[in-house]
Amino acid sequence: MKISVTVNGTPYERDVEPRTLLAYFLRETLGLTGTHVGCDTSSCGCCVVLLDGDRAVKSCTMFAVMADGHAITTIEGLKSGGTLHPMQQAFSDQHGLQCGYCTPGMMATAIAFLKHNPNPTEAEIRDGLSGNLCRCTGYNNIVKAVQQAAAAMAEPAAAS
Amino acid sequence: MFPAAFEYVAARATDEAFAALAEHGSDARVLAGGQSLIPAMRFRLARPSVLVDINRIAELDYIDERDGELRLGACARDHALETSSFLRSGRYPLLADVCAVVADPVVRQMGTVVGSLCHNDPAGDWTVAALAARASVVVRGSGGTRVVPMDDFLVDSYTTVVDEGEMALEVRFPTPPARTAGAYLKIERKVGDYATASAAVRVTLGEDGTIATASVALGAAGPKAFRVTGAEQALAGARPSAAALAAAADAARSAADPMADTRGTVAFKKQMSAVLVERALRKALERLGQKMENVA
Amino acid sequence: MSTTEATPDTRHAMGLPMKRKEDARFIAGKGRYIDDIVLPNMHYLAIVHSTYPHARIVSIDKSAALAVPGVKAVITAEDLAGAGLAWIPTFHGYDKQMVLAVGKVLYQYQEVAAVIATSREAAADGAELVEIEYEPLDPVVSPFDAKTDKVLVREDRENKTNHIYHWEVGDRAATDAALAASPVTIDERVYFQRCHPAPLEPCGSVADMNAATGTLTLYMTSQAPHAHRTVVSLVTGIPEDKIHVISPDIGGGFGNKVPVYAGYVCSAVASIVLGVPVKWIETRTENLTTTGFARDYHMDVRIGADKDGKVTALKVTTTADHGAFDAAADPTKYPAGMFGICTGSYDFPIAFTELDAYFTNKAPGGVAYRCSFRVTEASYAIERGMDMLARKLGMDPAELRLKNFIKKEQFPYPSPLGFVYDSGDYHATLHKALDKIGYAALRKEQAEKRARGELMGIGISTFTEVVGAGPSKHFDIMGIKMFDSAEIRIHPTGSGIIRTGTKSQGQGHETTWAQIVAEELGLDPQNLLVEEGDTDTAPYGLGTYASRSTPVAGAALAMAARRVREKARKIAAHVLEAPESDVEWVDYAFRVKGIPSKSVTMKEIAFAAYTNHGPNEPGLEATYYYDPPNLTFPYGAYIAVVDVDKETGHTQVRRFLAIDDCGTVINPMIVEGQIHGGLTEGFAIAFMQEIAYDDAGNNLQPNFTEYLIPTSLEAPSWETDSTCTPSPHHPIGAKGVGESPNVGSPAAFVNAVMDALAPLGITSLDMPLTRDKVWRAIQEAKRA
Repeated sequence: MKISVTVNGTPYERDVEPRTLLAYFLRETLGLTGTHVGCDTSSCGCCVVLLDGDRAVKSCTMFAVMADGHAITTIEGLKSGGTLHPMQQAFSDQHGLQCGYCTPGMMATAIAFLKHNPNPTEAEIRDGLSGNLCRCTGYNNIVKAVQQAAAAMAEPAAAS
Repeated sequence: MFPAAFEYVAARATDEAFAALAEHGSDARVLAGGQSLIPAMRFRLARPSVLVDINRIAELDYIDERDGELRLGACARDHALETSSFLRSGRYPLLADVCAVVADPVVRQMGTVVGSLCHNDPAGDWTVAALAARASVVVRGSGGTRVVPMDDFLVDSYTTVVDEGEMALEVRFPTPPARTAGAYLKIERKVGDYATASAAVRVTLGEDGTIATASVALGAAGPKAFRVTGAEQALAGARPSAAALAAAADAARSAADPMADTRGTVAFKKQMSAVLVERALRKALERLGQKMENVA
Repeated sequence: MSTTEATPDTRHAMGLPMKRKEDARFIAGKGRYIDDIVLPNMHYLAIVHSTYPHARIVSIDKSAALAVPGVKAVITAEDLAGAGLAWIPTFHGYDKQMVLAVGKVLYQYQEVAAVIATSREAAADGAELVEIEYEPLDPVVSPFDAKTDKVLVREDRENKTNHIYHWEVGDRAATDAALAASPVTIDERVYFQRCHPAPLEPCGSVADMNAATGTLTLYMTSQAPHAHRTVVSLVTGIPEDKIHVISPDIGGGFGNKVPVYAGYVCSAVASIVLGVPVKWIETRTENLTTTGFARDYHMDVRIGADKDGKVTALKVTTTADHGAFDAAADPTKYPAGMFGICTGSYDFPIAFTELDAYFTNKAPGGVAYRCSFRVTEASYAIERGMDMLARKLGMDPAELRLKNFIKKEQFPYPSPLGFVYDSGDYHATLHKALDKIGYAALRKEQAEKRARGELMGIGISTFTEVVGAGPSKHFDIMGIKMFDSAEIRIHPTGSGIIRTGTKSQGQGHETTWAQIVAEELGLDPQNLLVEEGDTDTAPYGLGTYASRSTPVAGAALAMAARRVREKARKIAAHVLEAPESDVEWVDYAFRVKGIPSKSVTMKEIAFAAYTNHGPNEPGLEATYYYDPPNLTFPYGAYIAVVDVDKETGHTQVRRFLAIDDCGTVINPMIVEGQIHGGLTEGFAIAFMQEIAYDDAGNNLQPNFTEYLIPTSLEAPSWETDSTCTPSPHHPIGAKGVGESPNVGSPAAFVNAVMDALAPLGITSLDMPLTRDKVWRAIQEAKRA
């Protein structure tokens, strides 16, 4: 069936089977391979993308047809013009990634998390990221990255 | 990994959803959050030939307080409830406890409370809490609409009173009266695991400080969540004390009927039911400003 | 001529926490992992798995599968046999393995057939419809049952027994005598459970046979692309110049991406037969149930000591469970890998270890999960053993260790089991750990808590690792020696390209290799491009696993860079118009002895190499193949502080301090990240991970709902620090560190929990220390 989805600000109209998972729609139909698939039980979070701006969703646990009429933001849509999103910058600055496989989903979850909790404690960050797995970093530096991003993203609000 | 093929109906109104369910009968499943259904479909354990997607039915997405109840529509998400002003007010501590531990923070952004009740996983969180909260579920079918108390809603593992062609539209949590607090605790090996054991309690104190009424429910302790009436009776009329809590815990241990699995033996799980009931009661009573008299 | 660009006492690149160059693509979602590779007309491969753990295959009916629209072929062992590919050698030269089940299935989920189709969904639909008739056989699940040979797993082998091999090293008679004569001994069974490395990216391949050129391009998740190319050549007969293995970005390896799997072979065969590219990407379930497991060693540990706690002898006897094939990718002469490191950090006068390995009806593997070739098992055995000895002696476990450590002066230290440890200062490192954790205060707190019946524990692990395989005299994989290589080419404008035989799966080689070369050559590491993983361009190496990259390839890089520098020096002599013997390399520049103003930078010489080389050979590049003279021995002191909830059996890790000594550190930020990751794996192993089979041979942990990966909420917050004892035989003194945290931490966790439970009289529990296991032990202790 035909669906209309806006992804990273660009509207797409595509024909998909109802059973096509959103993760594969993004990766294969649209060629946006930044979103990854790491498991088959909705456990790992490598596939997390942003739905309508501020909801983190596991794109392997959603059909593409469910996204019809909605907006999706993937890792490819985080950069604004030539500037990295504060979360991207923070992950690099704090060595919050090693193999990079969990990173797209981790950043999406973290961005949604900070929207609802812009000034979190370390414990709240660890809780907020607990739907995403990482095997390489042991999470210490991911937490630091989210703390850096929180500080960076809070500044404009302080100014307004 | 890849589901079997199915037909898809995107319902835009409640009536449209019912029409689709009526047309396709047992071949059709309702799709709301999909956080339990879609994983089952990916393993082809569930193979509906028709999915009726109700996510676009705006009239089903609400969280309201009305007539002494907190009412959630079928599409109200766990996360929306977690961040709602109602829960942030602190007046629904039992529900707030559940929201913090259901599945994981990302799944909660799609998962629905009503969907979880209808899925009725023996280790699910919402069924236990809804029992303790004395909730009720609004079910509509061809015979009309009825309000089903939680005590009657759950039938067996993964089965509820929602019949073919019917749909649960709303869950109603009574707004706790004065001097009432609840708590929910669960043991999970890690975030996202099925519960090893879980307990939901709600306590109302009388003006004299004794326990007027209590609800105690267990999860992951049988084919479906259930209330431990023996524990409730042991608490009713009792003064909050370590002995009263121990009696409730004992009743929970006796009533618990878990299956042994990788999470533990039957003896272990039964004891965990007891421990969680005791700790949940302690937590609820502390919320009411009650420190127990410790009996040596 | 110009003045030098670098200031005299600034380190150029080595030891700096330089941010990673590879991050740029990963944070933008522009990594190129195996499933990102899309070729025109690419087909998809799905595998059909056995539901039985042990059964004869009576028949396979492909017809329904072939009738699914989009399905192009169904391959079974019969089809592979035609190409001589029904069986392939395992990396461990002792054995061979089925690609697809041949006549029998030997473990639950074993691969039986492969379906190739035009879409993933069609392949999955087809796989569901392949009809296989089985005649179930009794499975043998325990290696102790396998020992009896009542149920034979491998009918194909000449010797009709489940016993695969016996291995031993040391002096049996002297060790037995010393143990018999020791006033104090401990004798305990310690089990390191079967677990699985489970990187977040599953394994996969895209095979593309070009019929016109006769070249097979094989994109694959490979930690050792050259070794894989050679194996593919040996089994298919296609010459190596016509096989192009490309290992793209890899989403975590941890040893999972070393063995050869059915999917790789079937995708290659399918591409050859069908004439289209064929992609195989496994599911998480397939990854957990069929790819190389880790550990599964049952170890009897005997330690002897005198009354004052000085150790006299060590004997470790092991029963190893290999599953259905011996696919443990160990060096040929070392079927039990580096297990001989089980004497650990201690000065045992005498020791002996032996091992017997058995087939069972389980998935094959053995060497994986940051294990450094069984060092994880060996370290666990000795660190648990020493703690049990401390308890028996009534000695503080730190004190027992300090008493028995190999002393600084004893290095290089020849161990009784055949290793020569390169360097270390175990006393200093443990003291640093004890000071930093506040050991005395913690013991005081523990005493107070014990008086109140609270269960608090402190666990120590002082491990010595052995990595950097390895010297050609001793080490080979399938005959190929375990050297590694580096190729450096500097461009006219002072940037360059570096290629090695290693393959990073997240370890940061694109940054660290640039740092090594930048340091040697005084060039900007930002402009040194590092490439790995393409067998057409990279020099031959044995790949990245067992923490061998820095010890071996890192050395090759330094040596290659020094060859470049030596050539540059000759060109500098020409440019500076001085005799070669007068030109020296000081402060990252060439200068004439005694005339500091006459100097020139490497960047300037790079240009000169192409524009003004004089009588020298033009260009500026060098290659080095490094055969290490010895292994390296990183070590550490880890301390865990835990609180156990008596009522629920839950262990809360309150603190964990890791002091690591890996010699020279290339990039401390990257080293720290490696430690964090490995500690989290060790934590998972200690508390929540196992791959268990029930008595009927069912795999109980086939996906992430049962095989548990800790989240950020369960994972402790790690504290790290270091000491530095350089390796005397390594060109930059570096030892490698990636596997250390997984090697050292499980014993620290277990020792801590056992310490917490000690007042209850509980002496030994096996991992994982789940709530129910700890709770049951507490109940049993109460009853006793």
